[in-house]
Amino acid sequence: MIEIRFHGRGGQGAVTAAEILAKAVFEEGKYTQAFPSFGVERRGAPVTAFTRISEEPIRRRYQIYEPKYVVVLDETLANVVNLSSGLQDDGAVLINTEWGKVPSLEEKNIKTYGIDATKIALDHIGRNIVNTIMLGYLSAKTGVVSIDSLIKTIDNTFKGKVAETNIEATKYIYDISKDE
Amino acid sequence: MVVKVISSAEAISEAVKLARPNVIPVYPITPQTKISEKLADYVANGELDSHYIKVESEHSAMSAAMGASGAGVRVFTATSSQGLAYMHEPVFAAAGMRLPIVMADANRALSAPINIWNDQQDSVTERDSGWIQIYAETGQEAFDTTLQAFKIAENSDVLVPTMVCVDGFILTHTVDPVELLEQEDVDAFLPPYKPTHAYLDTKDPMSLGTLADPSHYLEIRYDLEKALQNSLKVIEEVGQEFGDKFGRYYSLLEEYKTDDAEIILVAMGSICGTIKEVVDKQRENGVKVGLVRVRVYRPFPKDAFKKAVGDAKLAILDKDISLGSGGALYLDAKSCVDNPTYGYILGLGGRDVTPKDIDEIIEKTENPEKDIEWIGLKE
Repeated sequence: MIEIRFHGRGGQGAVTAAEILAKAVFEEGKYTQAFPSFGVERRGAPVTAFTRISEEPIRRRYQIYEPKYVVVLDETLANVVNLSSGLQDDGAVLINTEWGKVPSLEEKNIKTYGIDATKIALDHIGRNIVNTIMLGYLSAKTGVVSIDSLIKTIDNTFKGKVAETNIEATKYIYDISKDE
Repeated sequence: MVVKVISSAEAISEAVKLARPNVIPVYPITPQTKISEKLADYVANGELDSHYIKVESEHSAMSAAMGASGAGVRVFTATSSQGLAYMHEPVFAAAGMRLPIVMADANRALSAPINIWNDQQDSVTERDSGWIQIYAETGQEAFDTTLQAFKIAENSDVLVPTMVCVDGFILTHTVDPVELLEQEDVDAFLPPYKPTHAYLDTKDPMSLGTLADPSHYLEIRYDLEKALQNSLKVIEEVGQEFGDKFGRYYSLLEEYKTDDAEIILVAMGSICGTIKEVVDKQRENGVKVGLVRVRVYRPFPKDAFKKAVGDAKLAILDKDISLGSGGALYLDAKSCVDNPTYGYILGLGGRDVTPKDIDEIIEKTENPEKDIEWIGLKE
């Protein structure tokens, strides 16, 4: 079973990202489960969300404490929450960062993939919403989900122009990150 | 056959849509709100032809549900926690008047302190109301049970309102794959409700829920108790028929690896998924442990429970407490078996229950020190 944790701020779509990932891997015939950190969410406050992916039906119903991957939508969270909490030894953090480096993760020798997803969002979507883009990045770097099922799910989740630009941005980040 | 990755809240809403209730009086409350929102969507966009009443409180929601059900139509409502507590008075009246209302309860702690997270105190507190209570483990079961609930409640040998209980957030806000059914298949399983006994009809006027003096009250309560006892058989029959039609069978209890078990854990709701994983792991290490999942909590299935637990040592897990006494499930279990029985209070107010907690319970039950213990208490 692969367990993934998402960090974002209220309004950035971390919960939606966890659910899109679940729906996308389900398209590939896998079992899945996604849920938010249960709480009183407010715009701007730190939010976590979780996805489980498995070849077998998933029975467990507790929170994720030892994720294989951590996806971070907002690098300012590095100063607020412990992003690598419980991260598995062979795991990695994927983070949206303007600077390419996250000192607090570097200090702990955490395997980190960083990319300026905000710039890609502004260029392609015209708004600073990076949740689908970071899923494209997750797909490129870890292969836990294929880009095809991801795009199909984004297309099913959003409508019209929003779907179109999100797909464009997700494809773009996948292409540039896969070849790195 | 369509399988969708959806939350239990959405799964219940889908089931309600397929059950075609005529009236839905409902008031939103976390973590139930997604159910009332989804149903409002279905009514607004024409997917569901139902009278959706935006009431001003939960007390009014149940009162409107009683009025509609008393007029002989199918009724659904949903609530949680303080909402259920607020409708306590008409909840008892709905059962006393034998109105087959179906209600989903998103299980959540009760105040004070204010807490929006999951435990089962809200519905467990209504255990004496005369409602049937069924606790779901998964989103799939929430969907399936909602459909069965109408058929059970409306059965002429039962006519008792039925509560479908789902753990708040842990089920209501978690998405996983749920197989939905086709409208024509559901229509065949659950035909429209046709009241046969007492209902309001302008051509044959009568009063419902009137005063019963000491010469009648005792008998009317006895009849309600008889109806609940009748429902045990009906719940099993409906679970069997549902299985024959759709491939997923349901009963009063679920027994998991109990045959040779020396310790049997007993619990309700979503926690049982985690327990099953722990049971498998413990058995790999040679510990003979099993699980009895109490699906139907009211009426309490005493005979089935006795049979299921054999002479094993019992560890009863309660996400609730009858303060001053013990966990409610623990008390029910103790009242019908003589097995060595230990009670564990855990998970109150959304405290996460992990495999470590379950391991601890098994260990404590192997070497018991106290009848009732709290799990996960901080120093």
